[in-house]
Amino acid sequence: MTEVFVRMQMLQPEPPPARESGLPKWLRENLFSGWLNSSLTVLGLLAVGWILYASLPWWLHSVWHASSLGECRKIIAETWGEGATGACWAVVRERWYQWIFGFYAPALWWRPILAFGLLFAALGPVLFAGQKKALSVILGAVLAYLVVTLWLASAPTVPVLLALALVAGLLVLAQVAPGKLIWVTLLYPFLCFWLLWGGSIWTPIGGLLGFIILVAVTIGLSRVIGPAVSAGIGLVVAVLWWLYLSGPVMGGLQSVLPLGIASVNSDQFGGFLLAITIGVTAIGCSLPMGILLALGRQSDMLIVKTLCVGFIEFIRGVPLITLLFTASLLLQYFLPPGTNFDIILRVIILVTLFAAAYLAEVIRGGLAALPRGQYEAADALGLDYWQAQRLIILPQALKISIPAIVSTFIGLFKDTTLVAFVGLMDPLKGITQIVRADINWKGIYWEPYIYVGAIFFLICFSMARYSMALERRLKTDHR
Amino acid sequence: MKKSAFLGALAATTVIAGAAMAGTLDDVKARGELICGSNTGLTGFGTPDANGNWTGFDVDLCRALAAAIFGDPTKVKFIPTTGETRFTALQSGEVDVLIRNSTWTFSRDTELALDFVAVNYYDGQGFMVKKDLGVSSAKELDGATVCIQTGTTTELNLADFFKQNNISYQPVTVADDSEAQRQFLAGACDAYTTDASGLAASRATMPDGDQYIILPEIISKEPLGPVVRHGDNNWGDVVRWTFNALLIAEEKGVTKANVAEVAASSQDEEVKRLLGVSGDMGAKIGLPNEAFKNAIAAVGNYGEVFASNIGEGTAINLARGLNALWTQGGLQYAAPFR
Repeated sequence: MTEVFVRMQMLQPEPPPARESGLPKWLRENLFSGWLNSSLTVLGLLAVGWILYASLPWWLHSVWHASSLGECRKIIAETWGEGATGACWAVVRERWYQWIFGFYAPALWWRPILAFGLLFAALGPVLFAGQKKALSVILGAVLAYLVVTLWLASAPTVPVLLALALVAGLLVLAQVAPGKLIWVTLLYPFLCFWLLWGGSIWTPIGGLLGFIILVAVTIGLSRVIGPAVSAGIGLVVAVLWWLYLSGPVMGGLQSVLPLGIASVNSDQFGGFLLAITIGVTAIGCSLPMGILLALGRQSDMLIVKTLCVGFIEFIRGVPLITLLFTASLLLQYFLPPGTNFDIILRVIILVTLFAAAYLAEVIRGGLAALPRGQYEAADALGLDYWQAQRLIILPQALKISIPAIVSTFIGLFKDTTLVAFVGLMDPLKGITQIVRADINWKGIYWEPYIYVGAIFFLICFSMARYSMALERRLKTDHR
Repeated sequence: MKKSAFLGALAATTVIAGAAMAGTLDDVKARGELICGSNTGLTGFGTPDANGNWTGFDVDLCRALAAAIFGDPTKVKFIPTTGETRFTALQSGEVDVLIRNSTWTFSRDTELALDFVAVNYYDGQGFMVKKDLGVSSAKELDGATVCIQTGTTTELNLADFFKQNNISYQPVTVADDSEAQRQFLAGACDAYTTDASGLAASRATMPDGDQYIILPEIISKEPLGPVVRHGDNNWGDVVRWTFNALLIAEEKGVTKANVAEVAASSQDEEVKRLLGVSGDMGAKIGLPNEAFKNAIAAVGNYGEVFASNIGEGTAINLARGLNALWTQGGLQYAAPFR
């Protein structure tokens, strides 16, 4: 007889062998998959361990309360023994505000703080167009930020209430008609200029009126002579207004109805206030310029194309430092003597031109990546040039270019530290040098760099994360 | 034809520009504010403090100038200039006067079309070494590694000095003062060389300052002083004589504290002219007659300015040395005030 074994039920599955699951598997696959990778892992661990071993005491022996570098050293020597090293964060604790605001008067700090908060309220409608939920979150965060920071900066009551009422109003508007919030974005540059530099409120209104004239003329004439020519005429009229009429008219209004806040000179600007002012303005202005330049470079019109190619290649061919020196030194020779053309404005213009040339090439890459069929389809639909660009071409081209555009922006923001070479007080070199020139902090080295670097990282990393989120949201293919 | 028209236009522009620049003093008065080119931050000589108030040895001369012109030392705006931008900022008219520890050299005076109107600090390049290196003279530094800032005249002076003495060295180039100090402290170089005033300021803030010595050799001449544009002699006179007034005040014992009293009681004719009690010296160069009295009342005499910013007793602790009055063996010698 042979017994026949017949299994009547399924066995429970065995757990996988220990080395094929969980942490051991992960380690083996990712860190020790062969002799080369294993040795690299060991070397890497040794390097990390060595860096930690060398720098950890320095971080752990940090001193926060001292009035000079000498006192820091004394405290470290007393607490940790002779020869111990330690970080002296007391310099950041004592002078943190100079890296943020430069020499902006402490009593007026609420103005840049408010401008910074409203920046996000203005960016929201652009970054999260029409998304009610995201907009509400952003505006709510801005409201909370303003309440806390304005209270900390002990801002005067009236502007605080006005600002909070404004943001609360926007929050309500976001629930009712989120699309309308884009108007806030358009008005923001003028409000921001006024908050930062102060002075008569009629100055930014004069600037705003110029743009209104530009748009009105363009729309009014475009039925008759086409959009491009009418935009040109509108630009001429607007420039005439800014150059010759705006000053006297707004001066008159100011004398009739004097409205204004204390004005602040450009030489008070410094630190991140300066970097963000230059960076954000240049980013905001260079994107539309870059798009126009990219379209111009692809144009069939000889003069437009030549001008655009010439501009892009010239600007890309010279280092930013050269342009900054041009802004700081050469322009002063060209302009009539006695002209007082603000140095920050000069730098912003040159930085914008620089970024626009790079963006133009980035966007041209996006345009080139579009299949020819898209252009032909737009033509087949009977769209004219601008309609085709606006509805078919650019939305796709810009989407393709997002990572490169954001890279350019991040680069641009970090490049703002180069303004130190023309004597402006950027956070990294300018302010650090001023703090180091104080006899109390002379000889301090790493701490300011680490502090400034951390803030730069925070800002640039946020930009990078936003760009990745945007890419995911706009993803329509199935790769 | 076209070319000559262009050249003519260029010449005309230059003349207009020249004319507009001719009256710096008038421009300053019309503006109601002096614009002074200053350092981006140099300990003791010119730097803004935590509240943005500028202080320092060079800054005080700017304030004295503002006090002489307007009777108010606060009517001055400081524009920080870097080593690269300083002379162009002056030439282009962005600043009225540059008081930013700039060395008076032949080429700067002639080729750059600038005028150095005075020397407010006689500096020179020196060496600092660790005490336990056992060196007592720069000539014993054969084979030493030397920390040196790139792109400065100190680099050239260093090469000259070692070549002349037939000894060798290894340069360790650094970008700025703080990096040099760091490298030197970390032992990356045996000696650190820069202007003697800078060495003293660095040594004052080092953890064990007394472990380091400054060697006796001064290997270069660095006369630092206020600079104006070439061709505006009246403005140059204003700057030069404001500085001279501070020197004469020290010579005559006129101080910030006693200036009013001296003006009322002094019998010394030169002091009376200096303080505007007799004569019309101020008016002759387009200033108020009590201009120099105001300057002295605002910042004190040269000795006081020196003592309060960089002199012995301050953290930087510089001896007067070459900057003592000529009566005390130094080089500071003002032309007579008559």
